[in-house]
Amino acid sequence: MDKCQTSIQKNKNLSRRDFIKTTATTAGVATIATGITLTTYVNAAGENPVTNEKRWGMLIDTNKLTEVDIDDMVNACQEEQGWGNEAHSTGNQKAGWIKKVKVKDKATDRISNLALMCQHCDQPPCVDVCPTNASMKREDGIVLVDRHLCIGCRYCMMACPYDARSFVHEALTDQKEHMPRGKGTVEACTMCVHKVDKGEKPACVEAVDSDAVIFGDLHDPTSKINQTLKRVQSTQIRADLNLNTGVRYSGI
Amino acid sequence: MSIIRYEQTQGKSLGFYTLIAGLGAFILAALGSVYFMEHNGHHVTGMSNRIVWGLPHVFALFLIVAASGALNIASIASVFNKKIYKPLSRLSGLVALALLAGGLMVLVLDLGRPDRLIVAMTEYNFNSIFAWNIILYNGFFVIVGVYLWMMFERRMNKYSRKVGIAAFTWRLILTTGTGSIFGFLVARQAYDAVIMAPMFVIMSFAFGLAFFVLVLMASYKWTQRPLGDAIVNRLSNLLGVFVAAVLYFVAVYHLGNLYLAENAGVESFILMDGGIYTQLFWYGQIVLGGVVPLALLYSPATKGNRSMLGLASVLIILGGIAQLYVIIIGGQAYPMELFPGKEMLEGYGGIAAYTPTLAELMLGLGGIAVALIAIAYLVKFLPFLPESLADDVADPHHKN
Repeated sequence: MDKCQTSIQKNKNLSRRDFIKTTATTAGVATIATGITLTTYVNAAGENPVTNEKRWGMLIDTNKLTEVDIDDMVNACQEEQGWGNEAHSTGNQKAGWIKKVKVKDKATDRISNLALMCQHCDQPPCVDVCPTNASMKREDGIVLVDRHLCIGCRYCMMACPYDARSFVHEALTDQKEHMPRGKGTVEACTMCVHKVDKGEKPACVEAVDSDAVIFGDLHDPTSKINQTLKRVQSTQIRADLNLNTGVRYSGI
Repeated sequence: MSIIRYEQTQGKSLGFYTLIAGLGAFILAALGSVYFMEHNGHHVTGMSNRIVWGLPHVFALFLIVAASGALNIASIASVFNKKIYKPLSRLSGLVALALLAGGLMVLVLDLGRPDRLIVAMTEYNFNSIFAWNIILYNGFFVIVGVYLWMMFERRMNKYSRKVGIAAFTWRLILTTGTGSIFGFLVARQAYDAVIMAPMFVIMSFAFGLAFFVLVLMASYKWTQRPLGDAIVNRLSNLLGVFVAAVLYFVAVYHLGNLYLAENAGVESFILMDGGIYTQLFWYGQIVLGGVVPLALLYSPATKGNRSMLGLASVLIILGGIAQLYVIIIGGQAYPMELFPGKEMLEGYGGIAAYTPTLAELMLGLGGIAVALIAIAYLVKFLPFLPESLADDVADPHHKN
């Protein structure tokens, strides 16, 4: 309530109609969503609106990234977001927000290891196909699923070129407070939006000691990721699809 | 043409109640399966993060595609003014609505959150072909409902042609939309082909008519009403044309894919070494669902034989289900090309396994049962069926 009052004081310029509308909506949402962590992203976004001035991205250098690094990234993600302990799901039914991928060049036999997760496309096919707007892209480029709008149709999973999304195949317990997951809905890497909004880095990035994984604002010319991308040769997975991914790779 | 008299079926015989009980048992089994799958979550099904759409989608899409095709008979009568089909128009509309209802039931009950259906009805992303399909399906119910009203209500008969044209246009758009659900998926090798939209339209012609023929012959046989050769033989010829057209589209689709090196892998998977998918393609879809029905419909030995027409229709339906299985499951089983020019050693790739469970099968069959029970009941309560379709009634100029 305190927070609510503060925000009302802050917004003294609101017209009466807007005030009634906002209050009614807030009250309505609060009533319906009692006991549910409605969304992780509202607080930070409310105080400091997300804009398209930033575009969050990641650069993964497969020459520097060791297999141990990738395992650390996967473990950190599981730890942070609380997936991977599904008791009943088997094989491909288990959640996989980030995975270790090993590829071999057909001509040279050169092997590359990389971490593959949601590529946070600028033109995300999952968002295009989602019938209910549950799949969405924030202004800063982070692609998310609104668990309250997802009807579990799984069309986004059909459309995603990166096999990045998982469907929750069973009821779950012991979930992380910041990451409500629900049986029958689709989920994927959130680029740790709950941390990023607080000025922190995604868990998988923090898990790697070296600069094999760089996280930052692709648009900011002073950011390390921007400067590195200007300097080194990098690629996007399935660049032919022209999706302008937020996650870039070098060394493959 | 003599005046056509429509009459409800009696629906009091032991046979009728046996039919209803049998279909009811299938529907109960479907509901039980839904409870089982929704209560436990999809982990009790064969579906996974690789095969996200399983057997229920095969049945659902088959029924939805067949639904729009079943309306063709009415369209031929009203849009193309072929009078001989006119007495069949009401039944055509009914079969279309019933099949769509069955298909949508399966589709909705296989959602991860079927309880959120209201979200699907209130939140629309107009960039999504799926959202458009929801609008098209709902619109189909309304427009075909109005069409039936125009046909039933004598003073409205004069509008039935106009509404018929609207319904025909709508159904073409609807099936284009259904085909585009796959055609617009750029990431998957088996899809991403705009030809899928017209291919689905032509598939709907064949599947819908096969279903319609079976319903028509069964209802006339079981109610002991006369059904002359004039109509049956025309339907039989039409069915053959549609089956041949499906084969043509399938050939063009695969030839087009084969020409592109990037699709060589998925094509050899479906056509040569895909195990169950290859078998379903050649034996199910092409031979049983295409070549054999064509032979039955056109060979002098079997032409005009109603049992053979019935058999051909059943085979077309089974072949159609096989075709959708190959498209939907086979298309997902083959991995996406994440790294062209590289071989995937770990983390992704390989052919995804899928074994459908009994619950999935029962849900799918439940959709067919819902369609059939709706038809069986509605012809009992409303005059959908002409009391006679004997040759002299249906087509006075028919010569034996």
